[in-house]
Amino acid sequence: QDNIAVKANAVCKLTYLQMLGYDISWAAFNIIEVMSASKFTFKRIGYLAASQCFHEGTDVIMLTTNQIRKDLSSPNQYDTGVALTGLSCFVTPDLARDLANDIMTLMSHTKPYIRKKAVLIMYKVFLKYPESLRPAFPRLKEKLEDPDPGVQSAAVNVICELARRNPKNYLSLAPLFFKLMTSSTNNWVLIKIIKLFGALTPLEPRLGKKLIEPLTNLIHRFLISLSSGMPNHSASIQLCVQKLRILIEDSDQNLKYLGLLAMSKILKTHPKSVQSHKDLILQCLDDKDESIRLRALDLLYGMVSKKNLMEIVKKLMIHVDKAEGTTYRDELLTKIIDICSQSNYQYITNFEWYISILVELTRLEGTRHGHLIAAQMLDVAIRVKAIRKFAVSQMAMLLDNAHLIASNTQRNGICEVLYAAAWICGEFSEHLEEANQTLEAMLRPKVTTLPGHIQAVYVQNMVKLYASILQQKEQSGEKEAAQEITQLMIERLPQFVQSADLEVQERASCILQLIKYIQKLQIKEVPVAEEVIALFAGELNPVAPKAQKKVPVPEGLDLDAWINEPPSDSESEDEKPKTIFHDEEQRHSRHRQPEIDEEELARRREARKQEQANNPFYIKSSPSPQKRYQDTPGVEHIPVVQIDLSVPLKVPGMPMSDQYVKLEEERRHKQKLEKDKKKKKQKKEKRGKHHRHNSLHTESEEDIAPAHHVDIITEEMPENALPSDEDDKDPNDPYKALDIDLDKPLADSEKLPVQRHRNVETLKSPDSEAPLVEKKSKKPKKKEKKHKEKERDKGKKKEKEKKVIEEEEEKKKSSKHKKKKHKKEKEEKSKDKKKSKKKSHHSEEETTESVQNGTLDDEPLPVSSWALAALTYDIQGNLQNDSQVTVSVIFENKSTSFLKSMELNVLDSLNTKMLRPEGSSVHDGIPVPFQLPPGISNEAQFVFTLQSIVMAQKLKGTLSFIVKNDEGSTHEKLDFKLHFSCASYLITTPCYSDAFAKLLESGDLHMSSIKVDGISISFQHLLAKICFHHHFSVVERVDSCASMYSRSIQGHHVCLLVKKGENSVSIDGKCNDSTLLSNLLDEMKETLSKC
Amino acid sequence: MINAILVFNNHGKPRLVRFYQHLAEEVQQQIIRETFHLVLKRDDHICNFLECGSLFGGSDYKLIYRHYATLYFVFCVDSSESELGILDLIQVFVETLDKCFENVCELDLIFHMDKVHHILQEVVIGGMVLETNMNEIVAQVEAQSKLEKAEGGLSAAPSRAVSAVKNINLPEIPRNINIGDINIKVPNLSQFM
Repeated sequence: QDNIAVKANAVCKLTYLQMLGYDISWAAFNIIEVMSASKFTFKRIGYLAASQCFHEGTDVIMLTTNQIRKDLSSPNQYDTGVALTGLSCFVTPDLARDLANDIMTLMSHTKPYIRKKAVLIMYKVFLKYPESLRPAFPRLKEKLEDPDPGVQSAAVNVICELARRNPKNYLSLAPLFFKLMTSSTNNWVLIKIIKLFGALTPLEPRLGKKLIEPLTNLIHRFLISLSSGMPNHSASIQLCVQKLRILIEDSDQNLKYLGLLAMSKILKTHPKSVQSHKDLILQCLDDKDESIRLRALDLLYGMVSKKNLMEIVKKLMIHVDKAEGTTYRDELLTKIIDICSQSNYQYITNFEWYISILVELTRLEGTRHGHLIAAQMLDVAIRVKAIRKFAVSQMAMLLDNAHLIASNTQRNGICEVLYAAAWICGEFSEHLEEANQTLEAMLRPKVTTLPGHIQAVYVQNMVKLYASILQQKEQSGEKEAAQEITQLMIERLPQFVQSADLEVQERASCILQLIKYIQKLQIKEVPVAEEVIALFAGELNPVAPKAQKKVPVPEGLDLDAWINEPPSDSESEDEKPKTIFHDEEQRHSRHRQPEIDEEELARRREARKQEQANNPFYIKSSPSPQKRYQDTPGVEHIPVVQIDLSVPLKVPGMPMSDQYVKLEEERRHKQKLEKDKKKKKQKKEKRGKHHRHNSLHTESEEDIAPAHHVDIITEEMPENALPSDEDDKDPNDPYKALDIDLDKPLADSEKLPVQRHRNVETLKSPDSEAPLVEKKSKKPKKKEKKHKEKERDKGKKKEKEKKVIEEEEEKKKSSKHKKKKHKKEKEEKSKDKKKSKKKSHHSEEETTESVQNGTLDDEPLPVSSWALAALTYDIQGNLQNDSQVTVSVIFENKSTSFLKSMELNVLDSLNTKMLRPEGSSVHDGIPVPFQLPPGISNEAQFVFTLQSIVMAQKLKGTLSFIVKNDEGSTHEKLDFKLHFSCASYLITTPCYSDAFAKLLESGDLHMSSIKVDGISISFQHLLAKICFHHHFSVVERVDSCASMYSRSIQGHHVCLLVKKGENSVSIDGKCNDSTLLSNLLDEMKETLSKC
Repeated sequence: MINAILVFNNHGKPRLVRFYQHLAEEVQQQIIRETFHLVLKRDDHICNFLECGSLFGGSDYKLIYRHYATLYFVFCVDSSESELGILDLIQVFVETLDKCFENVCELDLIFHMDKVHHILQEVVIGGMVLETNMNEIVAQVEAQSKLEKAEGGLSAAPSRAVSAVKNINLPEIPRNINIGDINIKVPNLSQFM
């Protein structure tokens, strides 16, 4: 086995390479090999590599299930620990489901080292497999009081993570945590608990009061975490804020940061108490540390009010100018916008000021947030009617100075602003004073260098502008001027028609045609303005972002119904596409032939030209748009226009927002004086004017009246919108699945899947678990008459009891009480079945089950109360002894009574015998070493000796026990069969490809093969199934071909070559013993035929 | 939850990378680079916390780092962890390394990357803090290395590996294995701690 050392070494190096950024997922298979090494040294390396590179998408991960399970139950605690650590990093839903039970067992391991790891892993398992939360929770709760502090802290950790997402389910744990908090000395635990309480207190106000006392004791140590801990006690909040102030003033930057962080948490609940520290926060803005500045910014967001908004924003603007580093400046910019726009512009009293702030912000170079500013401009202009005139004039200036904004670089984010500017000018063109000028500005050739979507907006809004100018001119009877403007449009528009952007091109050519038509009409002296303006009539209202979702579904509309029935799949798919293709081609050719006329040719020519124009290697014959433009006569106008602008250019087109601040102050002052004079009157007036649109403004802070009579239009919602706030939640939130009520008692259906021999269901989705249990409990009965008689007697006594023996898929026999009338037919049936079933096929078993379930349907009984006991077993080969197998049987008490004096007896066969204690005869049963209280299950192991393992075996057995309840005790008996399949004699043994090849070459193996058709599952699943059910391990896998290996307890080598074809799987096997091989293959065939 | 633990040197070369959620290797490297640039431009006297924006796909995450001589230790955590606590944890981790390697330096991290990982696994598991008591961690690590020694360890492997490689008939033994990344400047290294 030198090989494995080399491999481990290589895998270790791969891990290093992975760190440097190389993908090593191709080595996944080798990693698994190293993981399955027997030496701890190698195993650890394997798991480390796996934890670095495995994830849910790694397909070979399914092959590790058995290996991990083996390691988890290893006697060496470090093997287990390594497996747990690895698992924590690559647990998948499948692994979580299969291993949940094993990990849960480890939670009560004797070593605290394992316990604490297992507890932590459970959180990962919960995330991947939420169904496990409820069954595991009681044990998790237990661990909160574990003697070992490490385990305790792990449990606290897990519950805190859980509670953070869904606090309300964990309220019942509050007393327990309270106790922990007062007793624990571990800082980690305390911090976690306080965080937990922070999540809980909003739900349970009483908790807050209770917490104050212990918390004030801890206050000095845990001030930081504390802030989130007690949201509703004003005195303590005051204290808290005072302390935080000290922290923030501290010279230690870390404390300062944390102080600010805590402050922002308090701010959410008690904005008033924080607002008084505004000076301090503003001071922090000057800090050299960016983290601290960002925190301070966050705080500012919550601290603004109508009074101080302008002041704060002014300070921020100064910072914007000073700031180096674009990220921080961008952050500042977004914060300014956030602060101003928060809660529907609640704090803005003067929108002119806000617009001018926005315009000033456009001067920032290289910001990424141009679109944000643009969105704000649009929003304000649309929603605040009073501001439109002002906004339009500002935007017109922006457009005029577009070269300043867009000049530097193409990729400049700020040019987004032009998008808004163009739109606003177009849409509200009636407010525009010098529309001609703006139109000229928009038609400048420079515009074509802007990004496509902005040009498109330009083109569209030019027409709007044009329409309004036209109307104006026509009304004043200046026909010449009107025609002039039309001419201008016709001259300049072609530059957009040539645009590479499709949208621009399309719009421009449409509009060009439209205007040409208008020109014709104008020449005929037909008044057209009315009609043109009608194109853009109607007002645009803002629509709420959620509006679409809230449109109620009209009655009688079923969106899921087919409009046309989908075509049935029966048609052979090979032919269908062919015919369609054929048809289409015919149609095309038929249509095309006559239609290639001039138009088509022209279009093609055009397209070719376009292509050539876009091809940089093609020497263009036509002059570039710019050059051509200069030849046109309209060019002289442009410089004139720009010179006209000289006045606004002095402050290049941008009014200073500072002026507004001053103005506003004066205005407020005046207002105050005025108000003193005629307080009442004004109030009334204001109410009257405002009330209709915006109650927010008038109700709060009445001493500052907005400068404009602001009309903030609320966003439109569809009629009969359903009022609901629920729609914000993200349905894909992985933590939502963990929102599970933990206080309800466990139902049977929620039991974790126990590792079962040949349990096909474990590979399916967990949902199948519930119906399965139900099915099992209603299982058919095949019972000796005697027993039934007894049952019937009991039934008469009104005791309706049902006993279920669960024995895997192999043999299922159950005895249960039945109504009398069913009994006879039942008996016959089961007899029939016995006859027909010679080999106890699983599939047959299933059918009998379903038939009999049918007869049971008129007896709808709740499951759990009727079943008395259940057996589950698993057969494992014994490594030490080649002629022994161990059968682990799990006894489960499903009744409400106490079960005791259980005795298990098996009728020995020649080949297989149960190992009994010395001196007892073959007819004696073996006592089960425990009693079962209601609802408890326990496991006992029985050893069997065998001589030959080449054949499958079936053993009959009986379990006798005493049922004890309030009404006395009765003696009961359960019959069952144990099925020793050949696969249960196999032991999963890893094998390396070279050893495997040698083995195959040695030539002393018998060969046999099978083929199974109709396999639809993936090869991956298939291998996993064989590994899982038949205890094989994969040696090598190439595409859809794999070699597998296993060894029997008596040392037979079994080699398989599995190939997957289109719909079939062929398995070639080689083994020392031909009988064993053929039996094994038969079993495999059976398993596979069920897929 | 801890989302990632990164250790890189003053030049941004990764020395320990541990993500607790799966990310493609390119993304990991990208994150390391960006983190490095974020951390590098901060001088030593400002706070150890850093908001990383959308680097890890959520604003909830925060970088908490410490700078020791040539190495940066960066933990990326979400809001359920206490900032000071994590800062403490970094200290514990580094002290543990120091104990296990006896005066740890950057070279130790390069040559014993697996061991560093194993130590880390005793401190943090699956993104959750497992143990904060240094003595306990050291005890577990030592017990495991004892176990490794008893098995002969990987250190015994090279000689066996050489013989094994000789037996394998490689068509051509790769001559230039260039890992351009490892450029060790020994004189520059000063011990940290």
